[in-house]
Amino acid sequence: MTLIPISDAITLLVSNAPIYTNQLGGDGGWTSYIGLFSMALFFVMIFYGQRIQSRMMIRDVESSLHKLRFIKDEGRKTAIETLKEAGKPTVDISSRVDRCLDYFTIGPQSMDPAGIVAKLDHILEVRDQRLLDEVRLMAPQCDDVQLHNMENTLEAAMALTYLYKVVRHYYIQGKKTMSLYVIMQLQMVLPLVMKEAEAFSAALTAFSFGQPIGDSVGPLIAGKLMHGYEAHKVYKDCVVATVPFEGRTALVMKAEGPGGNVGKPGDAIEAVIEENEGKIAMLVMIDAGLKLEGETVGDIAEGVGSAIGGPGVDAFKIEEKLVKYKIPINAVIIKEDIGDAVAPMRKEIHDAADKAIERVRELVLERTKEGDTILIFGVGNSIGIGQ
Amino acid sequence: MTQSNQQQSSANKISLYLMFIVLIVLGLSIVTLFSAVYAYYILDEAIVAGFLIIIGAFALTLSGVVLYQTRRNAATLKNDAPKMMTIIECKNCGTKTTREFQRGDFVFKELDVCQKCSEQKQMITGVYKEIKETGKIYAI
Ligand SMILES: [Zn+2]
Repeated sequence: MTLIPISDAITLLVSNAPIYTNQLGGDGGWTSYIGLFSMALFFVMIFYGQRIQSRMMIRDVESSLHKLRFIKDEGRKTAIETLKEAGKPTVDISSRVDRCLDYFTIGPQSMDPAGIVAKLDHILEVRDQRLLDEVRLMAPQCDDVQLHNMENTLEAAMALTYLYKVVRHYYIQGKKTMSLYVIMQLQMVLPLVMKEAEAFSAALTAFSFGQPIGDSVGPLIAGKLMHGYEAHKVYKDCVVATVPFEGRTALVMKAEGPGGNVGKPGDAIEAVIEENEGKIAMLVMIDAGLKLEGETVGDIAEGVGSAIGGPGVDAFKIEEKLVKYKIPINAVIIKEDIGDAVAPMRKEIHDAADKAIERVRELVLERTKEGDTILIFGVGNSIGIGQ
Repeated sequence: MTQSNQQQSSANKISLYLMFIVLIVLGLSIVTLFSAVYAYYILDEAIVAGFLIIIGAFALTLSGVVLYQTRRNAATLKNDAPKMMTIIECKNCGTKTTREFQRGDFVFKELDVCQKCSEQKQMITGVYKEIKETGKIYAI
């Protein structure tokens, strides 16, 4: 039974109307017809209520699906236009972009999970390289910064395409089976899916223009710390600068900007720790963290553990090294919404950078001695952030 | 262009469907209100008239609210997003200027020499978007 109590009550009220008229000797007229109609409606609702509800849900899903398709098509268009503008290809790249959008990655087999991190790492690296090569082919005249921005743009378009296809799959399945439970599952997650799609769409524009996103707050903070000091490249798209910091020596690291890039923080931190033979007093990781509803954007929270997202390869590598040399790890996160994290950077998040630096300063003053060497890593996509 | 037109038409279709339902409810509620008047004056049935008035008024407000909401949704969709701003600062004299984001801007990018003190190069210190929180704030 899927009737709403209120409509139930109304139906009963109306269906009682002819009884009153008959009791009081009135001649019914319109009112008795309305009563009869509501009676009929009552029984229709009993037998067909669920079906009607399914249809209404399908309508709901359909309108979201239309919107999703629009977002996806816009994303594809933006990607192609940006590639054309920056790379000046000599041939039509539309079909190549379409092929890229259907690109998939198969994760490593996990039946015997020993050594799976290395396998996953390898697959991800091959994937990144493949995408980068693809972009290079499509946009031969791109410089390195643009190349990374294009790659990120394409990746956002890929995510949108995938979302659209999955939602469409369940929509058609629901329509075919007319099963309330198939449709309901889709309808329940749809608000979250749409939020994600809108975030990806915002990300796509940011990437195509090379604008910083919410996730770039980690590199922004690291950049603020290392600005004015010479930065040199370490393993795979990361940079490190030696900065005097409150009487300590801070090795400040971030992904190389201003191209869209998250680098390989795991390998980079590993390399720097080994370079210093493990003589690191503390590792501080600064990252954008997901906020819960009700928390304010740009709030700063402190904790311990490796603050880094992604598939976990980097966190694994960092933790391995930390355990080997018994290095304490602290994390400072800047709270933001999932939507804010990939959308162009908000003012609140930008303003939080200075506050976060103060928190790092306090942390370092309290937990390390003068003359120590500390490692500070600003995790995130360094799009639109130089050094 | 064609894609956006398609989107437009599908959106219109949906709102037409909704409009159809709303109009039916609106018509029914008016009929109910009329029959209330009929029941009260002609049939002399105060209780029935009372019930009918309640139902009619309920349906009328409901359809009114739905109409109002769709109107407001359409209005919010038209609102365009705030622009991305670039903040430029001179480290020497502290002059701070804000302009719209241009392709190629990035934080820590050095720009032309400052016009005021003509000594040091200006630098981009921030690229961000100012979004006004429009949603309801649940202060608990
Ligand atoms: Zn100046």
